[in-house]
Amino acid sequence: MEVLGKPLVRKEDAALLSGRGRYADDIAEPKRTLQAHVIRSPHAHAMIGRIDARAALEIPGVVAVITGEDIAKISDPFLVAVKADVPQWSLAVERVRYVGEPVALVLAETRYIAEDAGEAVEIEYQQLPAIIDLRAAREKTSALVHESAKSNEVHTRAFTYGDPDAAFKAAHKIVKMTSEFPRQSFMPMECFVVVSEYRPADDSYEVMANFQGPFSTQPVMARACRVPGTRFRIKTPADSGGSFGIKLSVFPFMVLCGLASKIVGRPVKWVEDRLEHLVAASSGPNRITEVEAAVDKDGRITALKLDQIEDYGAFLRAPMPGPLYRMHGALTGAYAIQNLSVVSRVVMTNKMPSALIRGFGGPQMYLTLERLVQMIAREMGLDHLEVIKRNLIPAGSFPYKTAAGSLFDSGDYPRCVELATGGGRLEALMKRRDDARKSGKYYGIGFAAVVEPAMSNMGYLSTLLSPEAREKAGPKNGAVSLASVRVDALGAVSVTADCVVCGQGHETVLAQIVAEQLGLRIEDITVNLELDTANSDWSIAAGTYSCRFTPGTAVAAHIAAQRIRDKLSRIAAKQLNVLHTDIEFVKGKIRSKSNPDNAMAFGRVAGTAHWSPIMLPDGMDPALRETAVWAPPELTPPSHDDRINTSLTYGFVFDMCGVEIDPVTCEVKVEKYVSMHDAGRLLNPLIAEGQIRGAFVQGLATALYEEFVYDDGGSFLTGTFADYVVPTATELPELELMHIESPSPFTPLGAKGLAEGNCMSTPACIANAIADALGVENVQLPATPARINAMISGEEPARPAHVAPRQGIASAGTGGAKQKDARQIKGSGSVQVSASPEKVWEALLDPENLKSVIPGCHALEVVGPNDYRAEVSLGVGIIRGRFKAQVKLTDLKPNQSGRLGGSISGPLGNSSGTGLLKLVPDGGGTRIDYDYEVAVFGKAAAVGGRMIEGAAQIVISQFFAAFGRKLGGAPEKKSLAKRLGSLWGGKGTTK
Amino acid sequence: MRRVAKDTKARVTLTLNGKKTTGEAESRTLLTDFLRHEIGMTGTHVGCEHGVCGCCTVLIDGVAARACLTLAQAADGRSVETVESLTGLDGKLNPLQEALRDHHALQCGFCTPGILMSFTDFLKRVPDPTVEQVKDVLGGHICRCTGYQGLIDAMMDGAKRLRS
Ligand code: FES
Ligand code: FES
Repeated sequence: MEVLGKPLVRKEDAALLSGRGRYADDIAEPKRTLQAHVIRSPHAHAMIGRIDARAALEIPGVVAVITGEDIAKISDPFLVAVKADVPQWSLAVERVRYVGEPVALVLAETRYIAEDAGEAVEIEYQQLPAIIDLRAAREKTSALVHESAKSNEVHTRAFTYGDPDAAFKAAHKIVKMTSEFPRQSFMPMECFVVVSEYRPADDSYEVMANFQGPFSTQPVMARACRVPGTRFRIKTPADSGGSFGIKLSVFPFMVLCGLASKIVGRPVKWVEDRLEHLVAASSGPNRITEVEAAVDKDGRITALKLDQIEDYGAFLRAPMPGPLYRMHGALTGAYAIQNLSVVSRVVMTNKMPSALIRGFGGPQMYLTLERLVQMIAREMGLDHLEVIKRNLIPAGSFPYKTAAGSLFDSGDYPRCVELATGGGRLEALMKRRDDARKSGKYYGIGFAAVVEPAMSNMGYLSTLLSPEAREKAGPKNGAVSLASVRVDALGAVSVTADCVVCGQGHETVLAQIVAEQLGLRIEDITVNLELDTANSDWSIAAGTYSCRFTPGTAVAAHIAAQRIRDKLSRIAAKQLNVLHTDIEFVKGKIRSKSNPDNAMAFGRVAGTAHWSPIMLPDGMDPALRETAVWAPPELTPPSHDDRINTSLTYGFVFDMCGVEIDPVTCEVKVEKYVSMHDAGRLLNPLIAEGQIRGAFVQGLATALYEEFVYDDGGSFLTGTFADYVVPTATELPELELMHIESPSPFTPLGAKGLAEGNCMSTPACIANAIADALGVENVQLPATPARINAMISGEEPARPAHVAPRQGIASAGTGGAKQKDARQIKGSGSVQVSASPEKVWEALLDPENLKSVIPGCHALEVVGPNDYRAEVSLGVGIIRGRFKAQVKLTDLKPNQSGRLGGSISGPLGNSSGTGLLKLVPDGGGTRIDYDYEVAVFGKAAAVGGRMIEGAAQIVISQFFAAFGRKLGGAPEKKSLAKRLGSLWGGKGTTK
Repeated sequence: MRRVAKDTKARVTLTLNGKKTTGEAESRTLLTDFLRHEIGMTGTHVGCEHGVCGCCTVLIDGVAARACLTLAQAADGRSVETVESLTGLDGKLNPLQEALRDHHALQCGFCTPGILMSFTDFLKRVPDPTVEQVKDVLGGHICRCTGYQGLIDAMMDGAKRLRS
């Protein structure tokens, strides 16, 4: 091997280091392109009322405001893999189902104008109860995310392999646990970018986007636009600022911008910003898994029962529910367990839709399985590592058929464990643990063993259908990879392939593969990976996902290069007068092995194929271009008994770590981390290491930092990088990497995927170390200081009602989506006035009076009986500007009580509240008692909720103070001041 | 201080990578948008627009600054250097850039321009940094791809290369 397998530096880097990358937003857009701004739902669940765009359309430079109604007229809902009625268009139609859901699209000459106009569009919503908690969503009484689906659990399938019941009956012990995997994303640094153009002449769409595939969604997009696939052309740019699965989810916007272009007759560009990305781009699914293991007296697992409940948020976008089935064949992980029962459930909630994410189902599954193994050790008084070893698939049993049908290609798991724990590594950690514990610190050691699948069998998703339904639909299977190698008339070599650039160094590795075959240097090979569905090699399996590059695209390139090599050697053999088997390719020469002086320059031989077909061997076609299709036979469809080989190659990862937990700050410090990999042959060790290190820090983020947090009402609370904490170099632990190579027998290169392993292993390994350190059973990730604190000293007492919880690392802790009252505040107060209850009542129903007491009110319009719309100017803290307010009086009991409901919306989002008023006669005058609740939605909740709440409280106080003044009673000045003080952290009269 | 009325555009003239450059900007136009869309220098990237990720870092009068938190008008009359200044027309990389390449300190490369500019400034001031200092400066940037180790190694090595 001259070039392949060497740690060569990357071809990509020179441009990227000099600011000459060609990312999606760097490319000049077509002339007359309009810039788009997406108006998004501030509510988790609501009916969309009137959308009034008149004011927006008056702003110079604004061209159109497009709504779901417009979109629904010219497009169809996206196809869904599951048989459930959960239609989704590229804009919300009639109803919004998650905070951040696109509701309307503003098109303008510049992005600044489009955003201004977005603020001027008025949208009315009628709020519905939000379904946020995954468990609650499954209850029979739960409100529905999609009424048409009749249930929030839109898919359930049970599977049995072997005889789990018998194994459970015969078990020495049964160990049970529940694991919960949080919502998060791996957050690429570049957000979504789309430029779409509709061409009326042939009713076609041309879309440039930083889309990563899978291209199985291309037909979904085309169908939505009601055109054949050939008329929905997708181009991807030369560079992309990271994907990690997330850039699948740009696809609804590719359709949206295309439809918008059709409506206005001009190209449309949209660049997502970080707030939009955090709130609504894509999330990994959160999952609850109930698991039980039947264990023999030595700690060997004889059977597993899994109930996997996965939360896909508001919609099921193709190819969901992938994460629930991608690991299906490998559900027993690295262990020899032949009895298995599984229930897989897909549940809808009012959260952002879940989709592809690096690891794709593996992190969820291994957190369960690896925590379970640790629990087994604990409950049986055995050593954790010993239990792992006893259960591992033994060396020498490959290819190994798992219970659910995967065919593990190669490996030596016990050896990996020996190597990683050997060399004094484990001893050093144990010594550290002993020392730390002696000095009163929390210290734990964790392990995780993970089988890492790569290149998914396209048929895996059909496992969700019953065998009968599959029979009817016809078998689905395989994974096609395509690559082309061309040699021009001067001998210059170029490569194209069916992967999408996301930063993994594919250009370099493809050059290595081809250079290796042709005896050239990587500098001699030009690789172009700008995919264009109108003229590139691609199939529905194309794209960059599920580690398909190494076992897939790379192999196709290898085969194409071999064919070119074969053709060139036959041409050269004829001219050099030797047998073609005597030909070798060395350093730019094609020569006779037996007589190296008998040689021709590579370019000369190549030239023959172009210039002199007459000199070619008989029957050979001129020109030099080979397109190889690689479709490994191991990827068969699901069998009648539901066994499925979900992937082609299966690598192995064994991790070990030591963590110290500070008893005061409750911070988890990963002191030492060892990660052992067997990914078959490494094509470029430098790039391989980069992939592993990157995945490791993402796994670390899952374990300790990153989480999308919603409150009970569905407001999204982590809308900035200050709230959604991405680790930086400062959080980086010491990481030692090790490798062995067990080449895969199922691919000619012997290489397996390796870029997702640590996303799967690291969260589990760290969770196990935390469990070991604290001696706890339940480790909820991310293990933020607040959660660690709860593990050490029990749940915190409930917060006093008037104190808003803080966000960020220190608080995501109280339990993610279960967080109580996170953006809702309650309070009460009273005002004494000299007027009688009758007078007060009259004043309350009098719009003119209301106008004069609503703080900052310019105009009050009566829209119905006791129903008003007002325009107000506010200036409280950062909350400044003109807001629209709605005020409505209901539950009226004349002269006694009533309910005052209101909402304001403005530049930062919406806030709504209700207050119950009671009029109590009091010595000739009246005491007005009031209770109120305020909730904050949308952007405001995500980025500045605390400020908005404070402002809302002040406004309420001002309202009652003014109301009281108006009716002749002096407000309690002291109390008001105190009340104001309390909003900013002090203690006041709000109870 | 210069005053520009709302909704009007005013001329901004700055020395961009050593060349006098002029463009138009509203009072609210961010320096990132000005560089990328008005001038067309797309090497400076935008990752968050709220000052956390560091992708947009440029040098203003020689000091590293977040272009997403700087108004274009505020850069008027100043010198601004972007990642494009590090490489000449011949495409030859400087020692720091080479160190990043050799240590595989970039994958998608989206965070890279900002990190390069931060360290261009930092290594000028601290030519012989400790690993802790390097981690500290790097802590002002988010890289989603590399896992940081390559970057740390590259900065230590790059500093050494720059010193010799
Ligand atoms: S874009 Fe400026 S710091 Fe993120
Ligand atoms: S290289 Fe991709 S974000 Fe740093």
